[in-house]
Amino acid sequence: MTPTGTFDGLEARALACAAGYRTLFASLDLRIAPGEWTMLVGANGSGKSTLLRTIAGLARPLAGEILWRGAPRKPDDAEWRAQCVYQGHAAGWKDAFDVRENLGLQLALDGLRVPRAELDAAIDRVGLARQAKLPFARLSAGQRRRVSLARLSCSHARRLWLLDEPGTALDADGLRLLGELVDAHLRAGGLALVATHQPLPCNATPSRLSLDELRP
Amino acid sequence: MQRDALAALARRTAPVTQPAPPGVIAALRWACARDLRLALRSRSELALIVVFFLLVTSLFPLAVSPDPELLRAMAAGIVWVAALLASLLGLARLFAADHADGTLEQMVLAPAPLAALVAGKVLAHWIATGLPLVLLAPLAGLQFGLGADAIGVLVVALALGTPVLSWLGAIAAALTLGARGGSSLLALLVLPLAVPVLIFGAGSVESYAAGLGAEAHLSLLTAGAIAAWVLGPAVTALAVKIAHE
Repeated sequence: MTPTGTFDGLEARALACAAGYRTLFASLDLRIAPGEWTMLVGANGSGKSTLLRTIAGLARPLAGEILWRGAPRKPDDAEWRAQCVYQGHAAGWKDAFDVRENLGLQLALDGLRVPRAELDAAIDRVGLARQAKLPFARLSAGQRRRVSLARLSCSHARRLWLLDEPGTALDADGLRLLGELVDAHLRAGGLALVATHQPLPCNATPSRLSLDELRP
Repeated sequence: MQRDALAALARRTAPVTQPAPPGVIAALRWACARDLRLALRSRSELALIVVFFLLVTSLFPLAVSPDPELLRAMAAGIVWVAALLASLLGLARLFAADHADGTLEQMVLAPAPLAALVAGKVLAHWIATGLPLVLLAPLAGLQFGLGADAIGVLVVALALGTPVLSWLGAIAAALTLGARGGSSLLALLVLPLAVPVLIFGAGSVESYAAGLGAEAHLSLLTAGAIAAWVLGPAVTALAVKIAHE
């Protein structure tokens, strides 16, 4: 448990990130409390993905600090890794496996013990029941995204969601599902940082963070 | 119907299960089972390595000379060089495929220790590419007229040496991730480092044939194998992490 009086969410202070030798943004301050989400916007190449990767611990910031529940988050800390879900552009699905295999393997890697019935229910929820045994290589771009939604629907216990363009290639029904998932996550006390160009159909209103204004 | 499912999803605010970081053994088993399953899906790639090994070993008698004495003297060296080159074939894909589709990224971020996941991957790689060579070595040995006990030494030496080759390859494969021309760079990195393994591996059979016993060579190979298994996971995990920054 966090000491009383400290902020029980995600915080970034004076964060600066670079791609190669080019500084993408500097003096970024971010504060997301439990039950809230932030919509990350910015032009292409403004550093949205870099920010998400940096918070997840894949990249190192140039300057500044990232705090989780009031303490600097250590990227190698198993506790932090169990709490944080990162879903990037290459979502991490193997073409050789079918939908159920992919989802089962990923959730096992995430440290979640999901029974088979729960797995099938998650696949059913995102409307892929008929494709459950289909090799991934034969799915459409939108159906692949839906598998990522199925992963999220089993990941409410992991509190911080870092999503990079989760709505890409999704149809209207898929977007609504994504919105419902984020809402359910926030209700469960989770928090989310979502890089997106289109607004999500969520009940919860996000705070907006634009990287365009932070370009040095 | 789907609306119902959505409503049920929205109502359920309690987490499915609390995430529990998997232990070292569980992580190793996860990665090994996953990669073996992947290997079974791409059997042609594995067959390529085995066929390459058998072809190279059977080309030597045609190219050099059919003289049985000469071939017997060269047998261990030929088998070892063929095994080394064959083991290079599958290396480039050890991490590159997972890097390209983002699964490696998820492994780096997973609560499980990355070194254990990497060790599982390398173990699976050895089972899929190294072990078949160890099992085929007697066949290659017979081709060259090696005696039964010399074949035994050859098999033991290969069983000790090929995991070292796998680990050297894994470190190089992780270091060259994302580099242009990674696979050719990989061969340049691995081959010089593999020289000691080659010398002691091939030397064990020669020294046995000369009546000196193979213990010294096999002990050194064992030491190499232990060092590879102890140091390999941490070094490879570090290289994989650097590749993602």
